[in-house]
Amino acid sequence: MSATAPTRTAAVLRPRLLGRSVVNLVVGISVLYTLLPVLWLVLAASKDRDALFGSDVLSLDHFSFAQNLKDLFATDDGLYTRWYGNSLLYAVLGAGLGALISIACGYAFDKYRFAHKEKLFGLVLAAVMVPQTVLALPLYLMASGTGLVNTFWSVFIPVLFNPFGVYLGRIFSQGYVPNEVLEAARVDGAGELTTYFRVALRMLGPGLVTVFLFQLTAIWNNFFLPMVMLSDQDLYPVSLGLYTWNSAATVSPEYYPVVIMGSLLAVLPLILAFALLQRFWKSGLTAGAVK
Amino acid sequence: MTSPVTTPASAPVSVPAAPAPTTSPRTARKSARRRELGAAGALMTPFFILLVTVFLIPVVTAVWLSFFSDDQPGLGFGPERTVFVGLRSYTAVLTDPTFLSGLGTVVLYCVIYIPLMVVGALALALLLDSGVVRLRSWAQLGLFLPHAVPGIIAAVIWLYLYTPGLSPVIDLLGKADISIDFLGVHTVVPSIVNIALWSNLGYNMVVFYAALQAVPREVIEASVVDGAGPVRTALRIKTPLVRSSVVMVAMFTLIFALQLFTEPMLLSQSTPMISSRFSPSMYIYDAAFTRNNYGLAAAASVVLLVCTIALSYGVTRWTNRSNAAEEDAR
Repeated sequence: MSATAPTRTAAVLRPRLLGRSVVNLVVGISVLYTLLPVLWLVLAASKDRDALFGSDVLSLDHFSFAQNLKDLFATDDGLYTRWYGNSLLYAVLGAGLGALISIACGYAFDKYRFAHKEKLFGLVLAAVMVPQTVLALPLYLMASGTGLVNTFWSVFIPVLFNPFGVYLGRIFSQGYVPNEVLEAARVDGAGELTTYFRVALRMLGPGLVTVFLFQLTAIWNNFFLPMVMLSDQDLYPVSLGLYTWNSAATVSPEYYPVVIMGSLLAVLPLILAFALLQRFWKSGLTAGAVK
Repeated sequence: MTSPVTTPASAPVSVPAAPAPTTSPRTARKSARRRELGAAGALMTPFFILLVTVFLIPVVTAVWLSFFSDDQPGLGFGPERTVFVGLRSYTAVLTDPTFLSGLGTVVLYCVIYIPLMVVGALALALLLDSGVVRLRSWAQLGLFLPHAVPGIIAAVIWLYLYTPGLSPVIDLLGKADISIDFLGVHTVVPSIVNIALWSNLGYNMVVFYAALQAVPREVIEASVVDGAGPVRTALRIKTPLVRSSVVMVAMFTLIFALQLFTEPMLLSQSTPMISSRFSPSMYIYDAAFTRNNYGLAAAASVVLLVCTIALSYGVTRWTNRSNAAEEDAR
């Protein structure tokens, strides 16, 4: 055994051409599967309606990217700009504030001892499981009771709630904020909250960005809650707006190019956010996945 | 939560023997403890205000509503009264064939979707981790891209790819004399599975890949020395080591799959195969906001909630038990 081991190891480690090709082929096909629909969206957005209905998105004729863009912002008196702004407001503000709230709570769960701590944490974890559709009707009734229904707040307040962010916050706090640092700050006479905001929060940076991105994606994707809460089209986020336009397209096909162009533009912010914050969320995801 | 209670330091008075009351260690410890509790309270209050207002109260309200109903007095005259009806709404929901078929649809959807997702994402992660893939980070980026596409837009893209006349896919298949109706009776659920799979495959692959990267290299080298080939190493050594990630991904996939709403809602605009009560979540929406039957919607919500909790609990129990069995086997 000991005599043959080195040669066998070498044989196993030697790249086998067939295995290699199969692996690369499988990964390649999977990448095509994920990329081609996005590519179709890009191509379709640059074609006029004739090319679209001729299933002719690959030809170079009928190029009308600029015209489609112009049509998008002109449809229904520029409603799309409004929706886009709303989505940005709901998502960026909501995710920023929501991530701060969740991380603070997760940090407190990690660093402090108090009565019924694990029971409360269990409640937080249970909240992750509860379907949004279960909460929608009561939230709608509460919002109509307080006159908040069909306002910015009826969508904004519920999306701040992110129990999974608290779970991640606790894990990140364990991983990134050593207890010795807090002890040192205490010895220096710094207050608990000062320590949190001046020292701990900075160390929690990657975790904060991860939770922010998760929540940004969730809010940008949010569809059910706005659909329940909002009847005023001026308050719609992009998701709900495109849904309405798509339903209009089944009757009047001139909406198809507009929906496609609108979809393309709605994909950009998240791609931008993931690309710009890559360094942070990759490390954050690792921390979340390993535990 | 708990506000910092600012009681004057009374402890030193009860300990007259203490030489320097203001700096007694016990007092210092007590006030430090109080400061800590105050800080914990301050940091947790915003989240728990949200937890109570947008989670606890709504859940309790849903349960409460499910026991009441707006009854029209005789002939529909006079004001509506809300009356206690006990389990009547539950009986109505559980004997409603449209609700039961919605439940059946979601079960079918889960049975197809969850194994495909978990196995597919894990297989891709293992392949990428094997070290023989060219342009690995580009491949990862490409696979991850659909995660940045909002669910409703993924549904729009695929709806158009399923629509004859718009879709290059159907066009190509047509040239090869194959005609598939992607939104037919038997194809509509697989078509929805495809949308969900496309959206989430790359994300879960990244989760698995991150977990695989954390597997100590010595373990893998040891298995290679023992003569295990790359396939054996991947299945027998690496996969068991990322078990907790597999459970987490399966659990989240299940929870979100049970809420199935966005994709069928959008597809229903274009195909009669998807009724307005296609899935339990669509049933709830339809009952609450189209039929204005709050009792029925609330009862359906509670049924969906109980199913979700029961299934999640089942998954946890099952994995704990097989974990324990594995420990015993060692």
